[in-house]
Amino acid sequence: MDALFLQQMVNGLTLGSVYGLIAIGYTMVYGIIGMINFAHGEVYMISAYLSAITLALLAFFGLHSFPLLILGTLIITVAITCAYGWVIERVAYKPLRNSTRLAPLISAIGISLILQNYVQLTQGARQQGIPTLLEGAARLDFAGGFVQITYTKIFILLASFIGMGLLTYIIKCTRLGRMCRATQQDRKMASILGINTDRVISYVFVIGAAMAALAGVLITMNYGTFDFYAGFIIGIKAFTAAVLGGIGSLPGAMLGGLILGIAEAQFSSVINSDYKDVFSFALLVVILIFRPQGLLGRPKVTKV
Amino acid sequence: MKTNNFKIKALGLALTAAMGLSTQVCADIKIGVAGPHTGANATYGDQLWRGASQAAEDINAKGGINGEKIVLVKGDDACEPKQAIAVANRLVDSDKVSAVIGHFCSSSSIPATEIYEEAGVISITPGSTNPKLTDRGYSTVFRICGRDDQQGIVAGNYIVDVLKGTKVAIIHDKDTYGQGVAQATRDQLHARGVQEVIFEGLTRGEKDFNSLVSKIGASGADVVYFGGLHSEAGPLVRQMREQGLKAKFVSDDGIVTDELVTTAGGAQYTDGVLMSFVVDPRGLPQGQEVVKHFRDKGYEPEGYTLFSYAALQTLAAAYKATGGTDNEKAGAWIKSHPVDTVMGSKEWDEKGDLKTSPYVMYRWDASGKYKQI
Repeated sequence: MDALFLQQMVNGLTLGSVYGLIAIGYTMVYGIIGMINFAHGEVYMISAYLSAITLALLAFFGLHSFPLLILGTLIITVAITCAYGWVIERVAYKPLRNSTRLAPLISAIGISLILQNYVQLTQGARQQGIPTLLEGAARLDFAGGFVQITYTKIFILLASFIGMGLLTYIIKCTRLGRMCRATQQDRKMASILGINTDRVISYVFVIGAAMAALAGVLITMNYGTFDFYAGFIIGIKAFTAAVLGGIGSLPGAMLGGLILGIAEAQFSSVINSDYKDVFSFALLVVILIFRPQGLLGRPKVTKV
Repeated sequence: MKTNNFKIKALGLALTAAMGLSTQVCADIKIGVAGPHTGANATYGDQLWRGASQAAEDINAKGGINGEKIVLVKGDDACEPKQAIAVANRLVDSDKVSAVIGHFCSSSSIPATEIYEEAGVISITPGSTNPKLTDRGYSTVFRICGRDDQQGIVAGNYIVDVLKGTKVAIIHDKDTYGQGVAQATRDQLHARGVQEVIFEGLTRGEKDFNSLVSKIGASGADVVYFGGLHSEAGPLVRQMREQGLKAKFVSDDGIVTDELVTTAGGAQYTDGVLMSFVVDPRGLPQGQEVVKHFRDKGYEPEGYTLFSYAALQTLAAAYKATGGTDNEKAGAWIKSHPVDTVMGSKEWDEKGDLKTSPYVMYRWDASGKYKQI
């Protein structure tokens, strides 16, 4: 346990927590309709743009205190991103609900291209950025070195864990959560029992978009820069995290994100950052060989 | 009266016939401008396009090349090798360009020039600095910028002589250009007796380099050299400062754009960043008129704009001197004659490299601008 190890844990945890937030969108959609929503990375990208626009607008109208600014940005960004999530589901996936499994997948790739190009055309191809919102860092002298954590990173950790906690509460303890779980277990049975499964599926897309929007605000705050292509790499990483943790499982997505983030950080610290991604995907392969359902996924039971 | 009328009609007929004939003879000269017009590096494509368009406008206003007008064709490679090949094929086969200005990224220029070489199309790149581009013995490939090995020598010497760096961390973006210039710098450091403490790559398109930064911090590096583009350099230098690293940050001519400040999240992070770049052509006496022209139009000809302008001037000069668009003759002419451009007089060697390449060091200041040291 030395300072470098601790610093890398901090790096990995902050990176992993946002992977986890985005992975939730993949895992919930897969859980409920068995489809991989490849446009989810783009939903995150849209929310990054929205958060920068909202920040600029709020600052323009004279809002300068950090808590109010970030709260306002979060609420507005999450609301608009949720609308995007809802519309995407209605336009691209709902009409294909009863067609072959491949159709919505292709449709998702199409939506992802549409969103990328739409943002590029309306916002320009240049890199965008926002100024630093929360300056300063906490410094911890430790065993001959030091660990430095910016306040932004502490905020990210807190916000993403609160977000995950809130979502877990919604799924576990509320009526909406019960409807989601029922639809996930058996869509036909749930609809016979009076659950409007189409609406539940829409809710799931909205929840996934909300989590992606939270991640979008946090990442934009932390790195301060994004472009229309920003959703691609992080989308793939988050998808990996979802599969790692067991796709379809909510705690699995969060755990998968954290493991992936920490693994990347520690690997590039101890061995070589050139092969960081090779290592993450090798880890995925190994886990899938020994646990095909992922870490926390339920093995598929063949129904007779 | 009647005869007069007839004469006028006949004259008119003859004139229209002559004009029709002349438009048939004087086909326009098509020149491709290939680079990243979209994507994360679209700002460089924009610079190339603006430089070339202004040059074409100015040359056409003075009567074009041997009476023929220059028409520019845009080719977008998005800095991706696969797309660069597709664009090169399109420019050669369907647009039938005589020559190409571009590409920008070395990883795009290297595969694309194979197609141009085969088709006998001259290409002049304003920005690709990887040595391999001109080291393959192609006769149609030229560059109007320096080479990474020259750039590495300047950066390496600066690190040793001025910064007195003893522990140097070298980071690159695993791309042809970034890794090439990083290796060239490393070679020069070795030649000067300095060993690097870290030589590692990061992934283009990612934003989180915190784990790499922690590792640099733990290595105790006093100088960090980064070979790559601004979209990664910005977040990297920011995360270094956020983790409390005070090491000097030195980079290459891939970060020559105001967007470096945007990607870093403010000039407080880029303050003190050093980079190697050729002498800023905006300051040269030969280019003052053109620079003023750009500024009057409300555009600051930063980065590679004037390089692109000079590339088109070179092509025009070669076509004028050889009296046509025979690329074999034009290529041989460029290699044997100095050309007066907005960037001063330029001479090329047998490989298509510039004979002299004046790389110097620049420093970014707290107001987000860069100045020659």
